[in-house]
Amino acid sequence: MRYLPKSPSERQEMLAAIGADNIEELFQTIPGKFRLREKLPLPGPLSEMEIIDYFKDRASETARDYTSFLGAGVYQHLRSVVTEAIVQRGEFLTSYTPYQAEISQGTLTAIFEFQTLMAQLTGQEVANASMYDGSTALTEAVLMAQRITGRDKVLVARTVHPEYRQVLATYAKNLGLEIEEINYAASGHLDRDALSPEKIAASAAVVVQSPNFFGVLEHIPALADSAHSSGALLVTTIAEAVSLGIVRPPIEADIVAMEGQSFGVAPSYGGPFVGVIATRDKFVRQMPGRLAGQTTDAAGQRGFVLTLATREQHIRREKATSNICTNEALFALVATVHLCLLGKEGLREMALQNIAKAQFALAELAKIPGVRRTFSGRFFNEFVVEFPRSVKLINSALLREKIIGPLAVGMHYPELSKRGLLCVTETMPRREIERLVAAIRRILETPV
Amino acid sequence: MNPKLTETEALPVAIRKAGRHVSQTEGLIFEKSAPGKRGMELPPLDVPAVSAETALGRDFARGAIEGFPEVSEIEVIRHFTRLSTWNYAIDLGMYPLGSCTMKYNPRVNEYVSRLDGLASAHPWQPAEVAQGCLRIIHDLQKCLLAITGMDAATLQPAAGAQGELTGLLMIRAYLQSQGNPRKKVLIPDSSHGTNPASVVIAGYEVQNIRSNARGQIDTDHLREFAAGDVAALMVTNPSTLGVFEERIAEIAEILHERGALLYMDGANMNALAGITRPGDFGVDVMHLNLHKTFSTPHGGGGPGAGPVMVKKILEPFLPAPIVVQKDDGKFALDFNRPKSVGRVRAFCGNFGVLLRALAYTLAYGPGIRQATEDAVLNANYIRRRLEDAFDLPYDLPSLHEVVFSDARQKRNGVNTMDIAKRLIDYGFHPYTTAFPLIVPGAMMIEPTESESKEECDLFIEAMHSIASEAETNPEIFKTAPHSTRVGRLDEVAAARKPVLRWKP
Amino acid sequence: MYPADYRYTEEHEWIKVDSGVGTVGITDYAQNELGDVVFVELPKVGAQLKTGQSFGTVESVKAVSEIFSPVSGEVLEINSLLVDSPEKINSDPHGAAWLVKVKLADPREIDPLMDAAAYQKFTAEKAQEHSA
Repeated sequence: MRYLPKSPSERQEMLAAIGADNIEELFQTIPGKFRLREKLPLPGPLSEMEIIDYFKDRASETARDYTSFLGAGVYQHLRSVVTEAIVQRGEFLTSYTPYQAEISQGTLTAIFEFQTLMAQLTGQEVANASMYDGSTALTEAVLMAQRITGRDKVLVARTVHPEYRQVLATYAKNLGLEIEEINYAASGHLDRDALSPEKIAASAAVVVQSPNFFGVLEHIPALADSAHSSGALLVTTIAEAVSLGIVRPPIEADIVAMEGQSFGVAPSYGGPFVGVIATRDKFVRQMPGRLAGQTTDAAGQRGFVLTLATREQHIRREKATSNICTNEALFALVATVHLCLLGKEGLREMALQNIAKAQFALAELAKIPGVRRTFSGRFFNEFVVEFPRSVKLINSALLREKIIGPLAVGMHYPELSKRGLLCVTETMPRREIERLVAAIRRILETPV
Repeated sequence: MNPKLTETEALPVAIRKAGRHVSQTEGLIFEKSAPGKRGMELPPLDVPAVSAETALGRDFARGAIEGFPEVSEIEVIRHFTRLSTWNYAIDLGMYPLGSCTMKYNPRVNEYVSRLDGLASAHPWQPAEVAQGCLRIIHDLQKCLLAITGMDAATLQPAAGAQGELTGLLMIRAYLQSQGNPRKKVLIPDSSHGTNPASVVIAGYEVQNIRSNARGQIDTDHLREFAAGDVAALMVTNPSTLGVFEERIAEIAEILHERGALLYMDGANMNALAGITRPGDFGVDVMHLNLHKTFSTPHGGGGPGAGPVMVKKILEPFLPAPIVVQKDDGKFALDFNRPKSVGRVRAFCGNFGVLLRALAYTLAYGPGIRQATEDAVLNANYIRRRLEDAFDLPYDLPSLHEVVFSDARQKRNGVNTMDIAKRLIDYGFHPYTTAFPLIVPGAMMIEPTESESKEECDLFIEAMHSIASEAETNPEIFKTAPHSTRVGRLDEVAAARKPVLRWKP
Repeated sequence: MYPADYRYTEEHEWIKVDSGVGTVGITDYAQNELGDVVFVELPKVGAQLKTGQSFGTVESVKAVSEIFSPVSGEVLEINSLLVDSPEKINSDPHGAAWLVKVKLADPREIDPLMDAAAYQKFTAEKAQEHSA
């Protein structure tokens, strides 16, 4: 087998050195009744070419060559092949967690750069080496707030991504954390009237997403004021990270939980992605996950090490800030390389292109009779549109034209039927936007 | 290089695996940054441009991102390529890290994960145009169930630790449905730190149980503690000593008699795949680490995936959605799971990792047993050849990993950390130091099946040379490694005055 | 080595009592076991300590040690020097690196604690255990 570097004679030599007659002898500690007599009924073995064929067949059973207007937490953005060239280097791909700093300076330096970039983007003081994804980063941020304030309740905007809220609920259940959802206003923002000082005073944090699930930008400074004046923290989550290229960062937030997938990570049917937690220096010891810190060796040379490890499970065990061990290091590297390539101007330009395309798409759609935007708040690259017909039906018809239409919002917000969440990024050619609009127009003109 | 030793003193006498090599120096990317440089250009806008102030209003528009890098493409390539040359990696040589299973990461896995249609799939695209993705999840699930001998699975957890939490949540839900979720989970003192940390998040109390003189779970202690208040025992099998829990069936029985469940941490599955199935020896729920046994790359710390496999009694509680195959043969996501513990991660878990694990499993097929045999062969070969030089605290048959201790070398003031650092000079990544906690001065070695006899022999030779250095030249350890670009780094300063980001 | 007018616990804390106020710290043995101290977590002024209960932690790079209170009482003062200079615990554990000052709820709680000679013996036995 090509992954096993031993010849039959070498195996014999090694058995002889051990003093065993056959390999079976080495498994004697497993009770006989539990040892398998037959090989497992598994498909294969396949050669490399056959493996590729299998997956090519699977790829052909997906939406290749379709135009997709889906966002909702997973975004299509331009990626450079340079990122791939770097990330596929064996020294990055096949290296281990950098516990042995002297032979992991490549990984550690890149992590330090990632932490810096995330802090710069989010306007926070410190960021960690990554979490699993946005949904778990948000959950951990809320748990941080619970620990910091000692309060066991949290106010969560309903406009936070539905699956992020589901994950938070799963974790909160057994940690004595009560979640109260705060509804949205007609504008699409969190309804500030529903946020009373009494409620906030009993809560560890107010939790919002910006841009929120409807694509609407929340007023972070005002929300921070409300939270802080009653002793609560403001936790902000960001699902569309490219927005930070042009949208004012949540500097007033106490903890930011972000999904970094937009920074050069392929959609890959939902993962692996890269979660980010960023916060103030004063909360650093409450942060979960790994942190790379700068230091020197005996000769005074700069180097980097994993630090503040006493927060983590391998030292603190049941008193750790989190159970996280493995993170998303490789995808943090993807994001780092991607952002270095884009740079200050490139990220801004990309974000502006998103805005331009989304505005164009909305303007064109709004020309169709019966189609209009649902909310009024400012948005980045996603917005909710109301249609005169069920979104599901429209999407079925669009699919036949190899277009994946807007997400039917009613799935997650039953009061918002006939509404679709549409995302338009810099990757969407104008002609495809026009094709979408023409198709919708045609579909709506066809009697049901 | 350490300035105190001369060139000849710093380099070991008998070194064959590594030699000196000039590598490029490189600063931080921010230090190369200058206004006006760009690494990536975008295609021109084909719709009317909009200004940020117009679209967002002054409240939301951002100025320039202070300190953000501005560099060219060539500088990015050079920067990260240079950085990469400072790393050790599996592609370069063995990582004898116990419990990490640092095996070869097959390249075809990388290739197929990038296929158009799979890499570009959106998790919310309609099922009819996601059949390929759903089938991949389904097929992997089938393989993992066959390997573990369990009945149902979730592939949602993003890592082993998350898998542990998920398993514990299901245990709680099941026991709750039986009338009483109970209060405690038993954790062996040899367990990985994620175990007790996960227990706490599941709302349970940790109750440590000790290992007996053979490093196995003390069944008397277990009987004593497995009273009505205990929900489960979390066992790693083989244990973190690399030894199979010979009384595992009895352990399962003790728990089941009292209505408690047996959780298995599957981190050491590399000793069992194709040889035995946890479902057969009484495990009710377990997780697998796809980035260990199933070859998905560590990438400097992640990603991973921690699928959880369960027996039928726990199936209703799996996180939703699950992938099902309908009567017409088509695959779908089933969200209608009223007893589910909820969701632990958005979307379908680390799909790209699942895909790689499936590619690995398909490569071996029923022959996966051979990988396990080679892993156990390598570990035993190394053990036999090092027994004369290092103390073996638990003289029990090893499976895929062996744990020595620094007891002999300690007499000369050389401890496991020192030996590990010196091993770097010999061209190897260190083994796992100071774990499990039940072995003071532990040296946990797991070669995996990916190591050739040649690499094993080089490792053995290096360790022998180090053992003799501990006798003749113990001072050399305190300043090791000597051959790396940076020497031992000041971790104390890093923790006292943390500098966690670059500032201009 | 160990100040004669201090009392000691088996968890390696020391206490010096003066007019009903106890100054508490960790011993030289403890700091030596811990290694280079990087961080100290102390309770707030006004906190109520209970005998034998953990009231803070001392951290090195690789380990965290809980500090257990030798007495019950209210925290009057905490040593702010340790925020910026936790290394003082290594260099002056019995003097400048005191942790908290406590108003003793019951002065008799000192009685069962070891005196310097007993503690010296205790640590010698511990050291033997480790090298065995």
